[in-house]
Amino acid sequence: METLEQIKARLEAALPSAKIEVLANECAAGERSLLVDAASGFTVAKFLRDDAQLKLDYCSNVTGVDWPDKELTEKIKVKQVVDGVEKEVEEVKKNIRPGYLEVVYHLYSMGLKHGPVVLRLRTENRADKTHLPSLTPLWRGAEFQEREVYDLYGVIFYGHPDLRRILMWDEFVGFPMRRDYIAPDDFEYEPTPHDEVLVEAKKHYPAEPKAEVKP
Amino acid sequence: MIDEGLKSELQKQGVYVTTLEDLYNWGRANSVWPLTFGLACCAIEMMAASMARFDLARFGAEVFRPSPRQADLMIVAGTVTKKMAPLVVRIYNQMPEPKYVIAMGACAISGGPFKQGYNVLKGVDRYLPVDVAIPGCPPRPEALIHAIMTLQEKILAQKLTGPDRPRHLNADVASEFPVPAYGPHDLEPPKNDAVWHPTVIKR
Repeated sequence: METLEQIKARLEAALPSAKIEVLANECAAGERSLLVDAASGFTVAKFLRDDAQLKLDYCSNVTGVDWPDKELTEKIKVKQVVDGVEKEVEEVKKNIRPGYLEVVYHLYSMGLKHGPVVLRLRTENRADKTHLPSLTPLWRGAEFQEREVYDLYGVIFYGHPDLRRILMWDEFVGFPMRRDYIAPDDFEYEPTPHDEVLVEAKKHYPAEPKAEVKP
Repeated sequence: MIDEGLKSELQKQGVYVTTLEDLYNWGRANSVWPLTFGLACCAIEMMAASMARFDLARFGAEVFRPSPRQADLMIVAGTVTKKMAPLVVRIYNQMPEPKYVIAMGACAISGGPFKQGYNVLKGVDRYLPVDVAIPGCPPRPEALIHAIMTLQEKILAQKLTGPDRPRHLNADVASEFPVPAYGPHDLEPPKNDAVWHPTVIKR
């Protein structure tokens, strides 16, 4: 199979309006992916499916990732005049990278027996602009998985034939796999609490009787 | 009520006497019909228990019925998610009296490894009166057989008259349980206080 750089070059030649980026992966597997802007996500995916050299006819899975707002610290060297002498001083600059939701597609080719090509789409933010194109018209198998991503992360797929909750009930409010989802406090007795459960458990233990103050 | 000593003395002479209560309970205890109903991996063990190797038929409980109208016993085999819980209660309500519940495995008892999750019911005893609980993840088929034997002992010990008589002989006690509704984050109500008696923390 072609490298991601080759795919990217051919995509940019075929679809000049698409903004495509090859994302590095720092983990041990090192599997890189193609990040495509939401507007041209559908046309890029259609190209990947129909192209004679790629023929990625099988979407094996769809996943959601929640990236909350993150504070990035950056060290910048700034020249400052200290006691009449010019010195280089390090300054810490803080930036907040706004959060977004990401949907990851793993694409394989059954006909040419190669893959995967990992495709990522990102929403604008996590609050009100969580729209992404649905790839269900291209790969029918993505239908339920996109419903699951909608159910648990709140990504709204336009062009999806039947976007409803699939795992949670219809009356459910919120998206439980988001990092900032707070489940209802229904803690119960745990015989051996530990870690997060212990922290939660301590809130519910009866207050310890105060030791009597001896005169 | 016949005296136990007289009963055994008569038996030695080849005369068998019994009470209506014993006969009634004996008949019920040896034809427990479970409902064909599995929620997760415990159901695999339940199927194994009913097949040739473990042979649940030896205890009169092999007739798994596909309809709640014909079943006596609900084996809650597996994780009860909050989405599934109202349906489990509804199926239980559809079963005719007398009816029993076995909570099979850690999930049905308490939520098991998924207890702290947002989507799993912390034990089916919040909505249903559980007669026998089987620990294990999943319990072996022998454990399920033991649970059915325990249930049979429980049925054999039931009195048909008096204040302790079982629910199906007491017209004052309801045999149906309220079905919880889906709420915005949890089931409403999250538990049925008439059924559920929580663990009291003693420290």
